Amino acid sequence: MRPRPPLALEIGAARVVAALSRRVGAGGGTTIPGKLLAQLDPGAVDRLADRLPAGTAIVSATNGKTTTAAMVAEILRPRFRLAHNAAGANLVSGVASALLAADHAELGLFEVDEGALPELLRRLRPRAICLGNLFRDQLDRYGELELVAERWRTSVDDLPDDAQLVFNADDPQLAAVGKARPGSVAFGLDDPRVARPALQHAADSTYCLTCGAPYEYAAAYVGHLGDFRCPNGHHERPPLEIAAREIELQGLERASFLLDTPEGSNRVELALPGLYNVYNAVAAAALARALGASVEEIAAGLHRFSAAFGRFERIDVGDKRLLLLLVKNPAGANEAIRTLVDGGSPRLLVVALNDEIADGRDVSWIWDVDFEPLLTRLEQLVASGGRAAELALRFRYGGLDAAAIEVEPSLERALDRGLELTPPGAELVVLPTYTAMLGLQRLIAERGLALPYWERSG
Amino acid sequence: MTAIRVGHLYPDYLNIYADRGNIAVLAQRAVWRSHELEVTAIGMGDPIRAGEHDLYYVGGGQDREQLLVAEDLLGKASALREVVAGGAALLAVCGGYQLLGRGYRGFHGEDMPGIGLLPLETVAGERRMIGDVLLECELEPGERRTLAGFENHAGRTRLDPGAEPLGRVLAGFGNDGESGFEGCRAGRVIGTYLHGPLLPRNPWLADWLLSQALAHRSGGEPPQLEPLPDELERQAHEVSAGRARARGGKF
Repeated sequence: MRPRPPLALEIGAARVVAALSRRVGAGGGTTIPGKLLAQLDPGAVDRLADRLPAGTAIVSATNGKTTTAAMVAEILRPRFRLAHNAAGANLVSGVASALLAADHAELGLFEVDEGALPELLRRLRPRAICLGNLFRDQLDRYGELELVAERWRTSVDDLPDDAQLVFNADDPQLAAVGKARPGSVAFGLDDPRVARPALQHAADSTYCLTCGAPYEYAAAYVGHLGDFRCPNGHHERPPLEIAAREIELQGLERASFLLDTPEGSNRVELALPGLYNVYNAVAAAALARALGASVEEIAAGLHRFSAAFGRFERIDVGDKRLLLLLVKNPAGANEAIRTLVDGGSPRLLVVALNDEIADGRDVSWIWDVDFEPLLTRLEQLVASGGRAAELALRFRYGGLDAAAIEVEPSLERALDRGLELTPPGAELVVLPTYTAMLGLQRLIAERGLALPYWERSG
Repeated sequence: MTAIRVGHLYPDYLNIYADRGNIAVLAQRAVWRSHELEVTAIGMGDPIRAGEHDLYYVGGGQDREQLLVAEDLLGKASALREVVAGGAALLAVCGGYQLLGRGYRGFHGEDMPGIGLLPLETVAGERRMIGDVLLECELEPGERRTLAGFENHAGRTRLDPGAEPLGRVLAGFGNDGESGFEGCRAGRVIGTYLHGPLLPRNPWLADWLLSQALAHRSGGEPPQLEPLPDELERQAHEVSAGRARARGGKF
């Protein structure tokens, strides 16, 4: 066996690699040093995490984990110095890199990939865990939803007793995980006025885990998330300890809600749109509370967060503005579309579909997205990315006229074409998949319009 | 102006690989040729009756949903055999394909019964076969066409001796990763692992199915359908085929 080098030496070597990676422009060095460290010594992550005096906290979910973790970070910033993988590098290597980069951190706050959760729960032994949602996503990479849920169940079972679990009670799979663990905290939405009239096409987990009967929904909010119950009485949404009530959605601009906790209530104003962000905020509230934050701190932190976040998605380009909305799976894309439609559906749209590993190599999910509500006002589509033609077919067979579709696989040319078609003073909406989003951000940074993601303050 | 009647089996349960894309393609391509296309859902406990549908569709589901429908499908087996013998067309994708065989044998005895409409059976394999696929098919003598798609299955499907595969694997895993064949074809019945979904980037197969369905409707020969421009379809096919050649069939 090879003798293990001292931890300090490994850290030094890995940091040199991070600096080099940035210097040669190979990206933010967000995972490379972690990969090196993990290769030198797989147990180093465990020991780095052990050195954090306030322990670690973890957020995992199919959708919204980056936003949720960033919200928690903003709420907790006055209390703790954080080690946080803010750039979304959420595998073991990304967590290792974040641990390396944060000197003198007190608390580790990590968003974690659904597939990597079991391993990271074992390695980090977190004091608090937030499970946000499970939607079908990248079946080619993660396998079926049921398998992911099963792995989550097993690894939560193995957690030490003093680890605090907060879970989205509106998700039937997670509700089952939470109910099986005494002392865990249920969060969710409670406002039937903003519910959807029916379950969406791509809804998952809509059959009772015990008897297979379709759940009845008193309210369905996002995908299969909602106030569900089995008609045969096997399983229902558990009572909410942390709830978002009196929800107000204001198109593409804002959302607000009453945050209800056992310690009291507070109105939360988000400069972020959409019901999915209400879910992110209530998840962040539940986790921050488990880490000691008061209701007032939570509301103030979410307010600060949304002020910073506005700049993240909207970018000024001369006298025009870009609005980038990440789409990566049916549930997330449906919420982005619902938010767009509520805010006044655009007449021009750039959609960029890539099929790299991080996007999912199987692009069939675009056929499960309900793009149709956009079609009534859509006059022009620029389809881009490596699978631009497939995307164009999705809109064509959805009913968009062939003459309204332009196929432009190059992101740069698609962006320029979109901007050219956008009138002065107007906003261009771009819906990219994950690697297309990174590509666009890089382009935008090269033109000096905004900071690349790794240089943004957390 | 003939309405093509499509019976979509278990759309609420078997819809994991964007099966509605296949239905949308069938519907639009019928409409563009001035035919109507009516889709009816056939769910749990719903009967299948001879003469009601010209084309049946069964999609794929997650293991749990698939188990839920397997038992119900057994109750429909003899009716389905009868309508297919009467010339109705059928397309089954992924899980639906496995259900049309004699069954699925799991690792730990978690077997799923099939209805034996196609001469094949499926056993669980250790590693999932995931990736882009490209096939060469010859559904009509002398007409060689390619099918491009995506596969994601743990099951290894073995065809009985003499059974006709849907196509030869040019790139990808196919039925079992060994035989070099993919899918199964029996008259107007087609079973395949290819999703993506299958029909948007392979419009010739959509047209073949529509033509078989029209033949069932009229009781005559499959008609020649008026060609469509299909430029986007061609591009999408090419990209998908390229992906299969570059990266298909690798664990």
